[in-house]
Amino acid sequence: MISPLVSPVLFHVGPIPISEPVVATWGIIAALAAGSLALRRRLELVPSSTQAAFELVVEAVDSQIRDTMRVDPAPYRAFIGTLFVFIFVANWSSLVPGVTPPTARLETDAALALLVFLAVIWFGVKAGGVRGYLATFATPSPLMIPLNFVESLTRTFSLLVRLFGNVMSGVFVVGLVLSLAGLLVPVPLMALDLLTGAVQAYIFAVLAMVFVAGAVAEAAPESPSNERTPP
Amino acid sequence: MNWIAAVSIASAALAVAFGAIGPALGEGRAVAAAMDAIARQPEAANTISRTLFVGLAMIETMAIYCLVIALLLLFANPLLK
Repeated sequence: MISPLVSPVLFHVGPIPISEPVVATWGIIAALAAGSLALRRRLELVPSSTQAAFELVVEAVDSQIRDTMRVDPAPYRAFIGTLFVFIFVANWSSLVPGVTPPTARLETDAALALLVFLAVIWFGVKAGGVRGYLATFATPSPLMIPLNFVESLTRTFSLLVRLFGNVMSGVFVVGLVLSLAGLLVPVPLMALDLLTGAVQAYIFAVLAMVFVAGAVAEAAPESPSNERTPP
Repeated sequence: MNWIAAVSIASAALAVAFGAIGPALGEGRAVAAAMDAIARQPEAANTISRTLFVGLAMIETMAIYCLVIALLLLFANPLLK
């Protein structure tokens, strides 16, 4: 059986091996970019039904950011929205015959988790400066510095393993059942896989929001824009 | 098949089996508590279900860790090289 932990190499560009998830990621990036450009060309004040549907997606992302982070969504919309849309499309790309979702490979998930790790630092430094961001490691007391440092690494690792494990196990189970039982039997499992894919995309985006919001709120506690309202 | 391979396969199965017990119990309790909260306060259902999903994902990660350990034992076992 093919190991789920290695990615098959398709071809080489010079000395660099190009593996199958990389090609799938390129395909998804091309599809998303082409779709967005085509949609942007025909933007109108009174939206067509397609534009209204996509505006609904943007509104949903905005309201989730506002509910979770309790700040103005504008600075975070691009990052969080792109993360969500990319992971969602990548998880559902298993619907296309012959495509393994790139998120079912360790490398893609590692790249996404690394993006969140860097975004936490970026937004934290932007909110409170380098000093303010570094001071968040010493809250509530300087004794917690090693623990906070380890936490910022382990939560990135757990983001990576969570997405990888969920998507990969779905693909793996469908492959196993297909090899045992044949046609049409894995269909309910594939439906479950789609549900898991959508939920995991949502959870990845929400956790990215929570981490970024934590860094921003701790780095700049005196700013009134990210004052937390009691529930 | 040498004994390291046999022990690896058995412990991979054990890891997934016992690793699923704790998260299953935890998720059951979490969902029950969320149902209770929604029944008492239906207007807060949105917030509760969002927090529930994130919490479930956190709990589920424990089982996923066990799955990854099992896959490492089966497919990338350093002792079998």
